Amino acid sequence: MEFLNSLQEQLSTAYELLAAGWGVQLLWGIAWTLAVTMVSMLIGAVLGSLVAAAKLSHRGGLRFIGESYTTVFRGEPELLIIYLFYYGGTQVLTGVARSAGSIGSTDILNMPSFLGGVLAVGIISGAYQAEVFRGSFLAIHRGELEAARAYGMSAWLRFRLVIMPQVLRLAVPGLGNVWQLTIKDSALISVTGVAELMLTANKAARSTHHSLLFYTLAGILYLVMTSISTPIFDKAERYTSRSFLRPK
Amino acid sequence: MDFDFYLSTMWSVLKALPLTLEIWFFGIAFGLIIATGLTWLRASGHRLGEYFTRGYVFIFRGSPLLVQLYLIYFGLSQFDFVRHSPILWPILRDPMYCTIVAMALNTAAYESEIFRGALRAVPVGQIEAAKAFGMSAFTRFRLVTLPIALRLALPAYSTEIILMTKATALASVVTIMEMMGTAQKIQHDTFRPIEVLTCAGVIYLLLNLSIARLFAWVEYLLSPHLRPAPEQSQQVKPVPEVL
Repeated sequence: MEFLNSLQEQLSTAYELLAAGWGVQLLWGIAWTLAVTMVSMLIGAVLGSLVAAAKLSHRGGLRFIGESYTTVFRGEPELLIIYLFYYGGTQVLTGVARSAGSIGSTDILNMPSFLGGVLAVGIISGAYQAEVFRGSFLAIHRGELEAARAYGMSAWLRFRLVIMPQVLRLAVPGLGNVWQLTIKDSALISVTGVAELMLTANKAARSTHHSLLFYTLAGILYLVMTSISTPIFDKAERYTSRSFLRPK
Repeated sequence: MDFDFYLSTMWSVLKALPLTLEIWFFGIAFGLIIATGLTWLRASGHRLGEYFTRGYVFIFRGSPLLVQLYLIYFGLSQFDFVRHSPILWPILRDPMYCTIVAMALNTAAYESEIFRGALRAVPVGQIEAAKAFGMSAFTRFRLVTLPIALRLALPAYSTEIILMTKATALASVVTIMEMMGTAQKIQHDTFRPIEVLTCAGVIYLLLNLSIARLFAWVEYLLSPHLRPAPEQSQQVKPVPEVL
């Protein structure tokens, strides 16, 4: 009975705290987390396809660049890369602005935290996406590429009509994994001060001294985000491979 | 370019390598123990065990490690019984132990999935053959299932270990001065983040590359039967030039 009472007490404090404004803050945090993840995935998709192309290239130099990119950005701690882009960006921006004379010699021009965070997470995501794209390109039947070549298709036409549609179809499951990874990496950019879910939970925990409540809530919200995306990607996979389904 | 700065930064960060390795080692070791328990629970076939492991894996793989770390470090101390417990409190008030606990719990979720996959990938024929030989369940596990499963699990396990190396950097957010924390401090003191973080990055990269090499070597040692046979032509002596 005592346990039930204390539970009820806990729940009512939780409700009061959430209704006092932290609930709305957390919802904004989710919105920011999703925004960060989406923008990072887009940056990663552009970089990832370029890097995948470089890794598949016939030229040794390009292959080396591609290999180094994926090795470095998958081998470094995510936190280090985020710090590098955020603080390093500040260093570069400040240096440029100081030498251009647009700020005083003791002023500091900060890297916009959203931009720094998104670039860092996007570049990490790009390294994983490059592997996904490379794998799906290699899964395309050689014969189809040869046939397209035999028809006299130009490289661009081959890319647009034969390679891209199939790579996109084959890459969907892998991209689902990268998406989950990117959601989890986005929590790290709270260190730069982007008000996404993790930072919001942090602020709430520190200012209300209810850390257990807010970190548990944050954990649950991340779980909701990652588990909602699973059926969405399953659906996308079914949709993109609808012409390859086995008849029942 | 001033090399002295690079050298001194490199040296200061390297001095924190033992601490990083300590977190890494204990995180992995305890993680392995928990993962073994989880795999056993999952493979034992009890329905409750399966629900528990599924839930465990879902929770620890679906949320960021940072949340788990904060929850353990800041969150659990809210419970009175934790603060008054003579066993739990010394562990949970120390950021070092908290990081190790968080990493172990997190990696156990991923590892138990790796081990489960490896156990299922052991060819049925080999287990049947062992049964036909009249091996007891334990002997079968010790001599057939375990060695094959371990070798099958190795590539995915090495990836997980590298993820753990990267995860040790998170310890810096709970005030531990391991490599990342040290680099952060130097960077704040000197305001030269690019140089400092590059130094730390080189060390992390070398660490990860050597771990990857080590695992590749172990994998090579463990799979002599999968290597192609030495080519015949190498053993045949070349025809002496008589012409």
